[in-house]
Amino acid sequence: MIHTDVLIIGGGPAGLAAALAARAQGVQVTVLERDRDLGGILQQCIHNGFGLHYFGEELTGPEYAQRFIDRLEGSGIEVLTDTMVISLSADRQVTAVSAERGLLHFTAGAIVLAMGCRERTRGALNIPGYRPAGIFTAGSAQRLVNMQGALPGREIVVLGSGDIGLIMARRLTWEGANVKLVCELMSYSSGLARNVAQCLVDNDIPLKFSHTVVRIHGRERVEGVTVAAVNEKLQPIKTTEEYIPCDTLLLSVGLIPENELSLMAGVPMDPVTGGALVDQSRQTGAPGVFACGNVLQVHDLVDNVSREAEIAGTAAAKYALDRRPAREPRWLAVTPGEGVRYVVPQRIDLNTLENGELDLYFRVRGVVKPATAQVKLGETLLKQRRAMVMTPGEMEKITIDAAKLAQAGEALSVSVTGGKQ
Amino acid sequence: MSEETRELTCIVCPVGCRLKAKLVDGQLKIDGQTCVRGEKYALEELTNPTRTVTSSVALEGSALPLLSVKTRTPVPKVSIPAVLAQLKHAQAHAPVRVGDVIVRNVAQTGIDIVATRNAPSA
Repeated sequence: MIHTDVLIIGGGPAGLAAALAARAQGVQVTVLERDRDLGGILQQCIHNGFGLHYFGEELTGPEYAQRFIDRLEGSGIEVLTDTMVISLSADRQVTAVSAERGLLHFTAGAIVLAMGCRERTRGALNIPGYRPAGIFTAGSAQRLVNMQGALPGREIVVLGSGDIGLIMARRLTWEGANVKLVCELMSYSSGLARNVAQCLVDNDIPLKFSHTVVRIHGRERVEGVTVAAVNEKLQPIKTTEEYIPCDTLLLSVGLIPENELSLMAGVPMDPVTGGALVDQSRQTGAPGVFACGNVLQVHDLVDNVSREAEIAGTAAAKYALDRRPAREPRWLAVTPGEGVRYVVPQRIDLNTLENGELDLYFRVRGVVKPATAQVKLGETLLKQRRAMVMTPGEMEKITIDAAKLAQAGEALSVSVTGGKQ
Repeated sequence: MSEETRELTCIVCPVGCRLKAKLVDGQLKIDGQTCVRGEKYALEELTNPTRTVTSSVALEGSALPLLSVKTRTPVPKVSIPAVLAQLKHAQAHAPVRVGDVIVRNVAQTGIDIVATRNAPSA
């Protein structure tokens, strides 16, 4: 049985930033990473666009990860790679396996969940057809191309205009494949507008909104797909069906936080985010268990992941150091109001709330243009921010002064109103 | 004097401001940007568009078969096919550190291809 102060599950951008922040508090920190190398998903995100906010520079994924990995050197943080956590209990006991070390048991003063997320699959979508080779999630294709040097196919159709699908449409085009079409079920892209511009428009790749794949053809290998337009209820319209020959279908249809371990430990979840319910320090409902990064809420920008992870790492370290029994929490609920799908954190512990700025992260339900975001305490307006447009594909932030919440009794709500597209 | 408006999305940062460019009296006027880089981007995009190219090259002597690389600075958009063609035959050798030059003056652009990750020797 190995004891550590702060045990971090996951060595991607969230885990790395949390580890450095925890270590800065002077505690013992252990990071468990199941892959051979640190960096998580950033290892395969070889495109740029990372770090503009955090470093003030535009970096590629691996460069961003390397900045944090470099700081581990000489930090005294213990890192175990090729080590996968297979169980987590509510009282912070962890079991992990590694080929080199066998079965490992840990107890921790505090745990930071940083497991990231995985992709929604064809099985989850239930697209009719056989099971031919040539169907990949966009992220799997990305790993194959960028880390293994394998081309998944030559005639490609992409379902889903999320960032991963857009980036891969460009990547595959640059590697000599013919990306024939990107289909998007909704009437807007869930990816960043800059990616639609620099991946699709740049390469003359057609993008069809309100379209989906209704059938996959081929037995041994994909031979084509049938696409169709959808109505306002997102149901396919049979008369619009069109057959597109191709040998590969890429799916970029959503990311799901990887919370098996959290559920195992009885961590209460938010069904909307797919991640844990947390307070402003990113502590979950399980005492001493914190969450950050994509496992908590699916992010668009790794810069926000790092900031969120620093909050969690710092708080986890303080929790591990604090030998006094925790005060009873004094909860202030943070509720999504009109136009808002979710807000993180979902609640605030007024007894542990520190002075200064408090950031609330949220996503809107639909495209709002122009948009006015408001934070209200009961009926009192605390903060308002206007933007040209707010869209579900781009996480927003609104900052309030924590001092204004000192004597709060009613719930905090975040709402967005404005014109519709 | 004709007045056409071109709409484009700025790609400099993830905000992706929607820009409008108008030719007014022979001068390009840009609207919709929320920072100075947006105006610069629009002017460049309409006169001499450039892009940062990120890709991977074969890597020898390391546990990984590929090394992720990028053009150190943006290259002219028209040169992208030539850049990619040259990268297809490039070879990197471990050990490599972020920033190491892998290909000098790629496709006669005057811009180097640099490594974007560390790759220790196997």
